[in-house]
Amino acid sequence: MTARTSAMIASFADPDQRTTQAPFGHALAALAQERPEIVGLSADLTKYTDMHVFREAHPDRFFQMGMSEQVLLGAAAGMAEVGLVPFATTYAVFASRRAYDFLCLDIAEPGLNVTVVGGLPGLTTGYGPSHQATEDLAILRGCPNLTIVDPCDSVDLEQAVPALADHDGPTYLRLLRGAVPTVLDEYDYRFELGRAAELRGGRDVVLISTGLMTMRALQAAARLEADHVDVAVLHVPTIKPLDQDAILAAAGTDRLVLTCENHTVIGGLGEAVGSTLALAGVAARFGQVALPDQFLAAGALPTLHERYGLSTDALVARIRAELA
Amino acid sequence: MTTAPVSERVARLRASAHRIRGYALDMGEVQGQGYIGQALGVADVLAVLFGEVLRFRPDELDWPGRDRFLLSVGHYAIAAYAAFAEAGIVGVEELETYGSDGSRLPMSAMASYTPGMEISGGSLGHGLGVATGMALGLRHQGNPARVVNLLSDGELNEGSTWEAAMACAHHGLDNVLAVVDVNALQADGPTVGIQGMDPLPEKWRAFGWRARRVDGHDIAALLAALDELTAAPSAPSILLCDTRPGHGVPMLEQREKSHFLRVEADEWQSARDQLSAGGAG
Repeated sequence: MTARTSAMIASFADPDQRTTQAPFGHALAALAQERPEIVGLSADLTKYTDMHVFREAHPDRFFQMGMSEQVLLGAAAGMAEVGLVPFATTYAVFASRRAYDFLCLDIAEPGLNVTVVGGLPGLTTGYGPSHQATEDLAILRGCPNLTIVDPCDSVDLEQAVPALADHDGPTYLRLLRGAVPTVLDEYDYRFELGRAAELRGGRDVVLISTGLMTMRALQAAARLEADHVDVAVLHVPTIKPLDQDAILAAAGTDRLVLTCENHTVIGGLGEAVGSTLALAGVAARFGQVALPDQFLAAGALPTLHERYGLSTDALVARIRAELA
Repeated sequence: MTTAPVSERVARLRASAHRIRGYALDMGEVQGQGYIGQALGVADVLAVLFGEVLRFRPDELDWPGRDRFLLSVGHYAIAAYAAFAEAGIVGVEELETYGSDGSRLPMSAMASYTPGMEISGGSLGHGLGVATGMALGLRHQGNPARVVNLLSDGELNEGSTWEAAMACAHHGLDNVLAVVDVNALQADGPTVGIQGMDPLPEKWRAFGWRARRVDGHDIAALLAALDELTAAPSAPSILLCDTRPGHGVPMLEQREKSHFLRVEADEWQSARDQLSAGGAG
């Protein structure tokens, strides 16, 4: 019998990693204690986007919109039009692909304070292309007015929620759900909307990373330290607007620059950084760590992260190969 | 609703609809073409909505207690501007800027351009979803304002309209009134050949709405239906109004039915003469 790895392994947390349960839901519920205008909506994915925590804490401020993503986002816009501050959750594939016209015209064009929360961003499920939002950033970066945040861990999510509510405009949050790794509390870090943060310095390589890939970048940097390879990590939680000053400063040395993202190579952080460097005339040695421009396979998440180059092992190997 | 005798209300609203048609012709002549047919067709409906149904303050357009009028058919902007002028929301003299560079009255309705325009229309099937959220929000806030969404029958092709219809019914949004201009005409031709949608009232009732269907040029019938639908609503309500594009100007009403009407420069005065000859009846 061949040993089989189950496709039910759906967590990207390492087996021994510290995690926090449903950080988005708890952060939103806590914020709503202080801000009565906060409301929550979901499209039949309340439990699966950690919105159930908010629903249980504030049942009169939760609105179930049914499996209807167009009216989910249209109604969120309508609520913002009358002065409420909605957080609307669904999966990232539905928010970006299925209901894009509603996100664009109902929410972004009028500049409304709505946070669209997309679960299962990039490759965070083994369910195959129907659920893998590998191109949500590519779709949404082109949307004027829209602020886009890809948090690394539970700390980032907890701090991003109030910042997004305070931001008087439309935002898209890539959601990490369930048992979410807790990493950034070990660093001198606070989430600031629109700001990148250097989590560690290093002379040989700078990893410009976003989302869960910042966690992998930190792990890779720690592993390479043992080999005397000095790797810096610049965490870019806000994809748009991009903190170009921080990126240009990080890339303006003779270090190898690698962007790391849980997203296709097309239209995400890598291309945003690449165009930033090219337009500024910075000729850094530059590469992308990202998902291939393909519809991805189904399977167990650790297997898929290894296959498509997002695992820590794969990232370490990639850095070594680039430096060889 | 006012308590004046119905005959007085009807006469007043007929005169109002006549002025709305005149304003639409004036704007149409500025551009030489446009959605004139729809504007003439929906004028009676708009006269009744702005004259008797909608609660608003022309001098305080952001009054929180106002009824929200959502024009999801953005190409009906010309009709809405005519109604806005009639309602004192924009000045009649401003209508001559319609569709010109720098005007507050663009050819497709946009909230950021025009006073009183609550949403930007144009991409059809958006209005009722936004109305759903506004109605949920207003009810949550204890605000008795209503949300009135003007749709076209073509817009009922859009699946998002039916998502919103289900959501309004599920949430018991009796503060939503949808008004549909059933002009039986879409961009590619008559609605019946594009996407048959009858029986409309039965469809909406099956979706949990209170529905009435009336002749959209019969002001007394419009008033009676709206009186009934808004008196003691117990569910979202919809008024389906059968209209004829170009109504009130025979030379345009009789023209081959067209979504986008082109009128020659020398025809505008004839159109205005025909409207005047028809009077306010």
